[in-house]
Amino acid sequence: MAEAAGVAAESLAGCRARAARTVLDQVVLPGEELLLPDQEDGEGSGGAGERPLRLNATARSRGRVVCGPGLRRCGDRLLVTKCGRLRHKEPGSGSGGGVYWVDSQQKRYVPVKGDHVIGIVTAKSGDIFKVDVGGSEPASLSYLAFEGATKRNRPNVQLTRGAVLLLQVSTWAFQVGDLIYGQFVVANKDMEPEMVCIDSCGRANGMGVIGQDGLLFKVTLGLIRKLLAPDCEILQEVGKLYPLEIVFGMNGRIWVKAKTIQQTLILANILEACEHMTADQRKQIFSRLAES
Amino acid sequence: MEGAMQTESKIRADSRTEPGPRGPGCSLRHFACEQNLLSRPDGSASFLQGDTSVLAGVYGPAEVKISKEIFNKATLEVILRPKTGLPGVAEKSRERLIRNTCEAVVLGALHPRTSITVVLQVVSDAGSLLACCLNAACMALVDAGVPMRALFCGVTCALDSDGTLMLDPTAKQEKEARAVLTFALDSVERKLLMSTTKGLYSDAELQQCLAAAQTASTHVFRFYRESLQRRYSKS
Repeated sequence: MAEAAGVAAESLAGCRARAARTVLDQVVLPGEELLLPDQEDGEGSGGAGERPLRLNATARSRGRVVCGPGLRRCGDRLLVTKCGRLRHKEPGSGSGGGVYWVDSQQKRYVPVKGDHVIGIVTAKSGDIFKVDVGGSEPASLSYLAFEGATKRNRPNVQLTRGAVLLLQVSTWAFQVGDLIYGQFVVANKDMEPEMVCIDSCGRANGMGVIGQDGLLFKVTLGLIRKLLAPDCEILQEVGKLYPLEIVFGMNGRIWVKAKTIQQTLILANILEACEHMTADQRKQIFSRLAES
Repeated sequence: MEGAMQTESKIRADSRTEPGPRGPGCSLRHFACEQNLLSRPDGSASFLQGDTSVLAGVYGPAEVKISKEIFNKATLEVILRPKTGLPGVAEKSRERLIRNTCEAVVLGALHPRTSITVVLQVVSDAGSLLACCLNAACMALVDAGVPMRALFCGVTCALDSDGTLMLDPTAKQEKEARAVLTFALDSVERKLLMSTTKGLYSDAELQQCLAAAQTASTHVFRFYRESLQRRYSKS
C-alpha cells in the first residue's frame, strides 16, 4: 500500500509543529502546534543527533512572548485552539517577543477585562443592576459606578445631548431596558463579570446611559474590530453621508442615531453589509446614496 | 450578500486493484460543506456526503440552567432531530456518542458554568449518518469559535459477507453488510476518539477497518482545511 503509506507520511508530516514565523497571516486550524522563534534552532540541528549545549535552558533570547486569543501554551509550544489567520505584532518598546494571536470570525462574545461594551439593563436588585452583555451570564453594575455618584449624593442630573458622543448620565432616570455603555473591570472565566461606567480617574469619558431613540443592532465581532481599527475609512465615509451619533460595543453591538428614522435604517444596513463588501462596492453604494 | 461559504470536492482515495468506483479499499463519496448559513446560532454548518446531508447549529458558550451547570467546565449538549417523526432511542444513543466525541475535543475548562449546545438536523439519510453528523458538528463548532484542542471527523466502514471492506457505505450497502463500524478520529495524530460497531467481525478485521478509516480521515481533514481556507480568503 505504497500510496496509503505515502498519504500517511504526509498526514504525519502535517502534524509536526511548524515555526510560527512561517505561518503568519495564513489560516491555521485547531490542533496545530507552533514553534516560537527561539525554539527553531534546537529543532533544526536536533535531526543530526547533536544539539548545541545550552547553558541556561530556560533563557529566552527574545523575552516573553504573549499568547493572545485563539492560542494556548502547551509545554513550550503554542497550540492553536480556534480557526483563523495567525497574526503577530512586534513589541513597541523592544522588550518581550511580541504578541501572537488568531484572527477568527465569531458571533458570540466572551467578556474580557477592559473591553468597552453596550449592555441592556435587565434587572435592578438593590444597589446592583444586572446588564445583559451578550455573554454567558449578565454583568453586574453598581449604582456607584457613575461619575459623581456617591452613597449620600444621588444626583438627578438632566440628560443633555450633543451632536457628538458627549452624554451626561442621570443615575436614577434609567430603568430596565435602557442601554448602557461601560467597560469591564472584572471579567474572567471563574467570576461573574462586573462593569462600570467610569474610568480609572473617576470620569465618565463617554460612558453611561445611551439616550433615547436610535437603533441597536448586532454584528459579528470581527466587523467591530475592523471598524474600530485606526486606519478604517468606512467610518469616515459614513460620517460624510449624514450627521450621526454612533456607539460601538466590543460585544458586537452598535447603536446608531441619525436625524430621521430612514437615515438611521440606511446607516444600519450599510454597516451590516460592510462585512461582505469589497472597497469598490462600498464606494459605489456611498456615492449612490450621496446623490439621492 | 451572504456570509455562507460553500466548498465542494470530489474525494477519491485511489483504489489499487479496480478502477470501479466502489472497489475494495476505499472510496469516499462526494463531499460538500457550507458554513455560517444560519443567522441565529453562533455557528452553523451543513455537511453533505453523497446523498446524506446533515445541518448543524452551535449555540455557546451561553447561559446554563443551575441544575445542569458544572463548576469547572462547560456543559455540552447535543440534540439530534431525525428527518421525520419524533426522536427515539436511536437518536438518543447517537447523541451520546457525538457528545462524548465533542467533550474529548472541546476545551470546556475555558468556559466553566456555561453551556455549549449542538443541534443537528438530518436533512436526508442515505447511509453513514453518524459519520456525517460528526463532520457537521465539527465544522459547526469551528464556525462558532468554540476553542478546541483538535478537529475530528467520522468515517464509516462496512464489511460484507465475503469480507470486503467498503468505506462510506450507502444505505443499501449498510443493510446488506455483515458489520458496520463507525469511527471518530482526531486530526493531530489520527487517534481514535469514539467507535461504535454493529454486527459480526473478527479482531483482524477491526484493525483493518481502523487502518482504512485512518487513511480516509486524511482526505476529510484535507477537505476541512481547503474549506476553511476558502472561507477566510474572502475576508
